Amino acid sequence: MTQSLLHQILDYANRADPYPLYEELRRTPVHHEGGDGPYVISTYYEIRSLLHDPRISSDARNLASQAGDPLPEAPQGEGALPPGFLKLDPPEHDRLRRMTNRPFGPPHSPRRVDGMRPELHDIVTGLIDGIGDPGRIDLVEQFSYPFPVTVICRLLGVPREDEARFHVWADTLAASLDPDPDADSAERGKGAHDARMQLGMYLAGLIEERRKNPGDDMLSQLATAEGEDGPMTTMELLSTAALLLIAGHETTVNLITNGMLTLLRHPDVLERLRTEPRLAAPLVEELLRFEPPVQLVPQRTTLADIEVRGVTIPKGAALWLVLASGNRDPKRFTDPDRFDPDRPDIQHLGLGSGIHSCFGAPLARLETQLALSELARRLENPRLLQDPPPYRQNAVLRGPRELQIACDGIRP
Amino acid sequence: MRGDGALERLGREGRIVVVGASLAGLRAAEALRDEGFAGSLTVIGDEPHEPYDRPPLSKQVLLGRASAGRTALPRLRAVDATWRLGVAASGLDMAAGLVRLADGDEVPYDRLLIATGVRARPWPQEAEAELDGVFVLRTSDDSAALARRLDAGPERVLVIGAGFTGSEIASACRERGLPVTVAERGAAPLVGALGGVVGAVAADMQREGGVDLRCGVMVTALEGDASGRVRAARLSDGSTVETDVVVVSLGATRNTEWLAGSGLGAGPRGIACDAGCRAFDIRGIVTDDIYAAGDVARCPHPLFGYQFLALEHWGNAVAQARIAAHNMLSESAERVPHMEVPSFWSAQFGVNIKSVGVPSMATEILITQGSLESRRFVGVYGYQGRVIGAVSFDHGRWLPFYQELIETTAPFPPPFATVDRRPGGQRPVDADFPDPSVPTHGPTVTLSGYSPADRRTTFTPAH
Ligand SMILES: Cc1cc2nc3c(=O)[nH]c(=O)nc-3n(C[C@H](O)[C@H](O)[C@H](O)COP(=O)(O)OP(=O)(O)OC[C@H]3O[C@@H](n4cnc5c(N)ncnc54)[C@H](O)[C@@H]3O)c2cc1C
Repeated sequence: MTQSLLHQILDYANRADPYPLYEELRRTPVHHEGGDGPYVISTYYEIRSLLHDPRISSDARNLASQAGDPLPEAPQGEGALPPGFLKLDPPEHDRLRRMTNRPFGPPHSPRRVDGMRPELHDIVTGLIDGIGDPGRIDLVEQFSYPFPVTVICRLLGVPREDEARFHVWADTLAASLDPDPDADSAERGKGAHDARMQLGMYLAGLIEERRKNPGDDMLSQLATAEGEDGPMTTMELLSTAALLLIAGHETTVNLITNGMLTLLRHPDVLERLRTEPRLAAPLVEELLRFEPPVQLVPQRTTLADIEVRGVTIPKGAALWLVLASGNRDPKRFTDPDRFDPDRPDIQHLGLGSGIHSCFGAPLARLETQLALSELARRLENPRLLQDPPPYRQNAVLRGPRELQIACDGIRP
Repeated sequence: MRGDGALERLGREGRIVVVGASLAGLRAAEALRDEGFAGSLTVIGDEPHEPYDRPPLSKQVLLGRASAGRTALPRLRAVDATWRLGVAASGLDMAAGLVRLADGDEVPYDRLLIATGVRARPWPQEAEAELDGVFVLRTSDDSAALARRLDAGPERVLVIGAGFTGSEIASACRERGLPVTVAERGAAPLVGALGGVVGAVAADMQREGGVDLRCGVMVTALEGDASGRVRAARLSDGSTVETDVVVVSLGATRNTEWLAGSGLGAGPRGIACDAGCRAFDIRGIVTDDIYAAGDVARCPHPLFGYQFLALEHWGNAVAQARIAAHNMLSESAERVPHMEVPSFWSAQFGVNIKSVGVPSMATEILITQGSLESRRFVGVYGYQGRVIGAVSFDHGRWLPFYQELIETTAPFPPPFATVDRRPGGQRPVDADFPDPSVPTHGPTVTLSGYSPADRRTTFTPAH
């Protein structure tokens, strides 16, 4: 039996290069394989307008049929964390995101992210200094994972030593985002639920401490904040903290690894970056278009019957927005499969758009710009030992599980 | 005409003159070079400054976060042009194809772009307007002078007129801790642009922000002391406001006087153009060599019943500049119309206000998301059963969706559910715009097409 297009996209066998499948998908901009299956949107303009469409909900409780939801929702009940603001609609979403933004960005904390520059630089330097044998580097393990984890821990005020504990929970939760239609949904739901519970309990302990001894980290600020929106409830605080902790590194790891992989496949650009530090910013934008770490947004539903390109999507349907496909839509970008950091006009969908656009975008951008520039500057004659590298299972948060590279030495 | 090489010649060695060296003028000059125009380009501006940006003048500059001399517009590209700054254009000879300058010079053109914008309407009593402490706010010099006076810590500031600019000034003063009185003839701030329903929210914002807001009153006189400094204002309700700084914010007047007698279709409502920014002459015939862009232009808009719209919107100036530049270098089949949906933003009392479409054309409003009470909402404006505009308070990320509704002439009221639809937003209500024959202070969109008050000409067929 030939696999449906959706199955093929989710099939691990196609993880290393899903782009030909996306191209096929774009031939049917509203792709539906029947029944409770999702309506899959793959073209740039349609995705962008749906991201700004107030008839689209991020709250899974608005799905007509929970059975049709490929994402196992943690059972609600005793001790369950409420959904983070990523999975909420306004006004709750707006309130929580606004409150979270207070200690993070403008207008209240305009220099928070940029102020971390020297600190980020030190972390990057330390990691590169500690690489050891330049003949065999796993970039993921030695660099692209530890870097954002260290950063998010410092930002939130989570002890770096606890990484081993929350790593397991974070992995489970990230995996639960993967819409694998063949996996046992109840089983995975339970796993995700347990991981969330444990992460919640862990964070509850931390927050308790921060309340007593506030520092200048975000957890302390969130726990003690009293703005126009009042304080967050403990449960809101826990789910927000969990969201920040997980989203704060699961995506940046992939962005940095995808970035280095792309650069190693385009040595001319890598060489330019070495000598032209100003290339870093446009290069990261192009990277977000070309190999976005979040490939698709699988958790949206319709609050009304809506028409997209002549197709009526019924109220309560599951909606998938394939950002990575929209980013390579030839109707929007000329020569979309070419990696070109000199593109003059690049309004990509890599960080989403609309009210749910990536909360951590300024930090992710800065981290990746610094990381790639420093790697380009310091690694001598770097090359890939395996291409393509092995990928992680996840089709949503797509990225290499490891990236084996070698270089001739590490420049000071 | 076609194929005779005239256009190529124009592009190679023609003379293009731009009058007005601000936003529209600069962007047009850049676009002309972008389009490959290689001839001589002259930009004439009566202000001595390089082109600068106005929106910060009533926001960051008054807050002391930017200095008035530092809002220069970024150059999108290098432009090879002769800049004649500090000298006004004083006349136009259409037959001879030349612009006269106030210093006696004459500049010939093959194509002319007029981007002279508007100026602040001054306080009508000249002697009172001359009093020390009475300001308007349109130019960078105005803003520098006002900011300096605010730095000195006046006892009280009186803002006359609560349109966008007046409201922003009041907001900046409050943020600096200065006592402010706002006097507005209409029933609420912003009522001319957004109607009474939204105006009521703006009024709450001002009062809560500590503004002494007086609506439904007019300032009838300004009083000075013996040394010629303003010291009080008298209001139509009989009250008096003691004040040492008065900012007159009564909207704007189009800069078209210099065109009087030229034969161009220019008057107090602006310069009438077709949808491609080509100016009409007074006989209603479109010129082929004179274009207008920005605040001074009024163009028919297909989405709004081909009403002539004059927009005091930043984005409109940029878009029209590009279109005028393109069209003046193009064959008729390659010309493009100006069809952008109008959009506007303002920041005041900590709230980000954005609008798309033409709210002031509407009769009804429906709050589709959020709530008026929370001051975070989207309101959709309806006119004859279709969506004609939308406004957002701290909800700007949704506006692209509403813009699409306007562009596709979607039905009003929109029949669907949305995220964050509250009980108050289930039914459309009267948007409560003031009677259009009563001028409000500082509307930023003027429907300048047909007006019943306008029947001044008599039609006398020539035979
Ligand atoms: C304080 C303030 C705040 C604003 N805030 C916003 C905002 O938040 N959002 C928004 O969308 N818009 C805002 N605007 C409006 C926006 O700035 C205008 O729409 C824009 O400046 C229009 O550009 P323009 O080039 O058409 O006209 P202008 O900027 O008015 O420029 C016209 C230029 O021509 C010159 N000129 C006039 N007559 C002659 C002559 N005879 N010869 C030579 N030169 C001449 C003028 O002196 C002026 O320099 C604001 C405007 C002001 C004043």
